Amino acid sequence: MSQVQVADTTAPVGMPGGEALRAENIVKRFGAVTALNGVSLHLKRGEMLGILGDNGAGKSTLIKILTGYQAPTSGKLTINGQEVALKSVDHARALGIECVYQDLALVPGLSIYHNMFLNREPLRAGPFRLLDNRSMRRRAAEALEDIGVNIPNVNEEVAMLSGGQRQAVAIARAVYSKAKILLLDEPLAAMGARESGLILDLIDRLKKRADLSLIMIAHNYAQTLEVCDRIMMFQHGEVTFERNAAETSVPELLDVVKRNYKVVRGGA
Amino acid sequence: MSAHTQKPAQTDAGTASRPHIGTRSLHGFLKIREASILVVAILLIIYFESSNSNFVTRPNLQTLSQFVAAPVIIACGEIMLLICGEIDLSAGMTFALAPFLMYFAHDAGIPLIIAFPLALVGIGLIGLFNGFVSVKLRVPSFVTTLGTMFLINGFTLTISRGFPVDTPTDGLFTVLMGNEGFAEIIWAVIVVLVMHGMLRNTRWGLHTTAVGGNLIGSAESGINVTRIKMGNFVLTAVLAGLAGILEASRIGSTDPLAGGANMMFLAVAAAVIGGTSLMGGSGTIIGGLFGGLVLGVLQDGFTINGINAFTFNIIIGAAILIAMVFNIHFARLRMTGRRK
Repeated sequence: MSQVQVADTTAPVGMPGGEALRAENIVKRFGAVTALNGVSLHLKRGEMLGILGDNGAGKSTLIKILTGYQAPTSGKLTINGQEVALKSVDHARALGIECVYQDLALVPGLSIYHNMFLNREPLRAGPFRLLDNRSMRRRAAEALEDIGVNIPNVNEEVAMLSGGQRQAVAIARAVYSKAKILLLDEPLAAMGARESGLILDLIDRLKKRADLSLIMIAHNYAQTLEVCDRIMMFQHGEVTFERNAAETSVPELLDVVKRNYKVVRGGA
Repeated sequence: MSAHTQKPAQTDAGTASRPHIGTRSLHGFLKIREASILVVAILLIIYFESSNSNFVTRPNLQTLSQFVAAPVIIACGEIMLLICGEIDLSAGMTFALAPFLMYFAHDAGIPLIIAFPLALVGIGLIGLFNGFVSVKLRVPSFVTTLGTMFLINGFTLTISRGFPVDTPTDGLFTVLMGNEGFAEIIWAVIVVLVMHGMLRNTRWGLHTTAVGGNLIGSAESGINVTRIKMGNFVLTAVLAGLAGILEASRIGSTDPLAGGANMMFLAVAAAVIGGTSLMGGSGTIIGGLFGGLVLGVLQDGFTINGINAFTFNIIIGAAILIAMVFNIHFARLRMTGRRK
């Protein structure tokens, strides 16, 4: 389970242009329910992949598998050219996989800087293992500035922030932790036009980092086409469509959705 | 928090002009979470001192400190549990059981200095059981500890056959454990300071707050939620056991009917009056100390003023409600103070 096997690499590890992630034939069952039914995907280094699909299409299950939160029933996962069985969230993190969840995993009652360092807090030297709050404050402010997020005071409780600001803090946290593969779970859900504009700008800036690969899970076809390099459509736990963003359009995606609904209903 | 987060066009007209210096320093003071309840405690002390000159005297302060100490020590545990979204209703019963464990261990020939930690280990196992049933078997902790509350009480009554025993004594140990007048409150203050530092300045404290504030999010961040919750159940039980042993050493008698639900509710009341949320995600240890102080001052003050025992409960109940209303509305003032 914990054995890490070295597979063929298409490019030297750590070099841009290689393959960051490959998933082959991933199946996930919860009792009688099949959430993922043989899903395969790959992600090039520096690429931004958009995954579209309705509720229950298996998008969130895929995220949970890629982040090590749940183990797949069967299937193979290759990260940076090495086949791995993710054991835990920490294990996936150590391999550079970070996720910004829909519920943001932020704690409203804690400050921005405590949230940014949640579960990897630096400690002061000494026998009492006390939190190094000063270092956290400084580094949190730097990390936010680094990705161009303007939040004046990192002592502020997250409860005081707007939805867009929270999303930005969550993304900054993931990027700061040296993520190589960043998963964004519905980053634009329940956000107004101005707020989603802020996040789309932020994602645009992240795309310029050659060492960072992104997977964005979303509902909104137009926004996803706008920011992503490649699009995949998930339906009923299967991939039903895959195309470069430049070669497809919203009407075509809608057509795919309709077609596959008919197939499922016809078969039922 | 400060001027740059302000939206000038949307604030009330009244805030346009700089407020009076008194108002500003009041707001500054109230930004400190525990401030409002300390105000209540001080007002009460002033009231009782003005109505009875015996209030601020050494003997009465000693009585007051002894009344405050035990609930405050237990409250430190309950606060940690409440913050991470749980509660321990059995704490008053572990309070009564702990000195019996020490008594029986000592009776079996174990020196007191070893019987004491041994009793705390035994009590810790009860906390572990509470945590296991609540977290692993997913029974709400309110129900779990309601069950263990009766269970532990019955166990204590059985092993003691319902009779009190003399608490074993051993010179210096007994003096340190509460026999000297202010020993118990000194223990309480030490526990409060250590727990306050732990809540504010360690990963354990931060993660306890995180687990109560966003359970799923904390798990997704890789925090071991089960460990945090179970650890706090153990902590609460051990602190309740410590308080029980201190109380038994002070009185010199180990009583199976000591503590009980009343003691537990005092501790929870101290926590809640001090500003800890019953909903989880926020709380303060120092606030718990002040909350316990308010309850103690009320009880002690009304007692030396000679209030009838029947009216006393009416007054205590009303005082808790008034303190809470006061506290919540000062909390709102505090929030406005922060936003402006």
